[in-house]
Amino acid sequence: MDLRTLTYIVVGATFALYIGIAIWSRAGSTKEFYVAGGGVHPVANGMATAADWMSAASFISMAGMIAFMGYGGSVFLMGWTGGFVILAMLLAPYLRKYGKFTVPEFIGDRFYSKSARAVAVICLIICSVTYVIGQMKGVGVAFSRFLEVDYDTGLYVGMILVFFYAVLGGMKGITYTQIAQYCVLILAYTIPAMFISLQLTGNPLPQLGLGSTLSGSDTYLLDRLDQVVTDLGFAQYTISERLSTLNMFAYTASLMIGTAGLPHVIIRFFTVPKVSDARSSAGWALVFIAILYTTAPAVAGMARLNLMQTIEPQPGNYLAYDERPQWFKNWETTGLLAYEDKNEDGRIQYSANAETNEMVKIDNDIMVLANPEIARLPNWVIALVAAGGLAAALSTAAGLLLAIASAISHDLLKGMIAPNISEKAELNASRVAMALAIVGAGYLGLNPPGFAAGTVALAFGLAASSIFPALMMGIFSKVVTKEGAIAGMVAGIGVTLFYVFQHKGIMFIPGTAFLGDTPENWFFGIEPNAFGVVGAVVNFAVAFAVSKVTAQPPESVRELVEHIRIPAGAEVAHDH
Amino acid sequence: MSKLTEEQAAAYWKRNLALMIKLLVIWFVVSYGCGILLVDVLNQIQIGGYKLGFWFAQQGSIYVFVALIFYYTRRMAALDREFNVHDDE
Repeated sequence: MDLRTLTYIVVGATFALYIGIAIWSRAGSTKEFYVAGGGVHPVANGMATAADWMSAASFISMAGMIAFMGYGGSVFLMGWTGGFVILAMLLAPYLRKYGKFTVPEFIGDRFYSKSARAVAVICLIICSVTYVIGQMKGVGVAFSRFLEVDYDTGLYVGMILVFFYAVLGGMKGITYTQIAQYCVLILAYTIPAMFISLQLTGNPLPQLGLGSTLSGSDTYLLDRLDQVVTDLGFAQYTISERLSTLNMFAYTASLMIGTAGLPHVIIRFFTVPKVSDARSSAGWALVFIAILYTTAPAVAGMARLNLMQTIEPQPGNYLAYDERPQWFKNWETTGLLAYEDKNEDGRIQYSANAETNEMVKIDNDIMVLANPEIARLPNWVIALVAAGGLAAALSTAAGLLLAIASAISHDLLKGMIAPNISEKAELNASRVAMALAIVGAGYLGLNPPGFAAGTVALAFGLAASSIFPALMMGIFSKVVTKEGAIAGMVAGIGVTLFYVFQHKGIMFIPGTAFLGDTPENWFFGIEPNAFGVVGAVVNFAVAFAVSKVTAQPPESVRELVEHIRIPAGAEVAHDH
Repeated sequence: MSKLTEEQAAAYWKRNLALMIKLLVIWFVVSYGCGILLVDVLNQIQIGGYKLGFWFAQQGSIYVFVALIFYYTRRMAALDREFNVHDDE
């Protein structure tokens, strides 16, 4: 059976599964729609959180980025896992104890102000929308390569599918679909990795294979990799830093606190029955995430080595262009891989020197997707990888859309505009809000063209600088006032957006970067994607300074903080 | 479930914070410490094919993170029982 037919069958089967689950578990009440009824087992919630959390960026892009950055790519590995430690200790149990439906609801109550709640809604929408656009792009890319349709069509198919199961099922449908999606994506990631590890090192566990010797030799895989990349003039794989130590520090910190501050992850912890479940559920989530995240560096290193050895089989002996393998041709047609015969010898000279390098383009994103083809794995594995990439993108998109919809229908509509609407009307409103969010995200996935690419990292910076500090101060301080919290959120998200846009362009439109994307202008050499931690520091500083000069919070807030710190007496998440 | 006095609540919170700080120090040391700041020193040590600093950055820190959360969960469950504020039915 040819690859295309097989891919249609595998992807089609997974989609049928997701839709079947959605129909079986549709939500009938706001409680089911927002928090899945509050009765999800912590291990199941951990698995759903893992799928919710691992996006197209984790599945498709991350190993590719590590493959070309080497050690510097560790910022993603540590940053995107370390955040769960903060979440488990500093946020999840207390927010679960509070027992409400949304993140802005807590901020509004703790800071005794509807304005604070409104500001939190705006921050939540800004970071969730920027993030969901990146997922829509991932869906478009995966469809266009594997189903051989164009990017726009792929995006529309993705939108319709998400619309169907997220709008129908709400949190309940999303939870069970995400569990299925986790199973699909983790198999799709680990099976090819095991095959490749076995081929290269004889050890089927990629985590051990990366530290092993190559099959039939005494040379360690990583030593060989260091040698082949440095021979061609690239930085040594195992020690190449990402710009500077300070930048790596800031980047890791931004991703960690961004992880802990992303509302679609936080609301997953509202679905478990008890406070103690919120703690253990974060642990389970990280276990399921760690399976992929400890495999990723092995995929990265092995894919880089395979790529280098395909292009340069013997030192100084480059592959002839006419003898290039099929996967090379496939990816050339997508434009993600490009060759230019600069010295006209018909061979592929690959080098770190831009003057003589003939591999003029190797997109990061193809490393995971092309990996099974490079390693000559059977077609069903390639089809599974396509289904896995789609599962990763769709599960995250659905979680984000729910966070957006609940902020609009529960916080804006029920909380501020029309407090007396019936439960049924609120449920319908959240479905309409979700549909509108899907259309809006789809539109921004297409226009402006450069926007989707930059959004994922930006979303973390925004969450790190706005929502995370507000939640932290809400739980750990009794003195931060409403004025302080509002000023902090506005200052934090403002300074981060300003810094990113001044270097990357307003809405990433080229030519509107008013300072230019030049490292000389960077604040202490911190790249825009790593700036969230600075925004968070600004948020904390402004909030405490303003709180010093404004009237103290009322006594009821002190009691609220005392209440959330003690686990006993948590009720199922409710809305009054 | 009994209601805590103000002193008991304060004591419970203090114990929670102490545990949290202890674990966050470990969290910081394995990632920012071993993975970033001390990476060059640790890279002098080799375990199998892994340079130790590189291993912490790409593997070890993640394993420690998982262990930290489960340790916290267990210790907090014990603390909750000690103060009789656990939420088991």
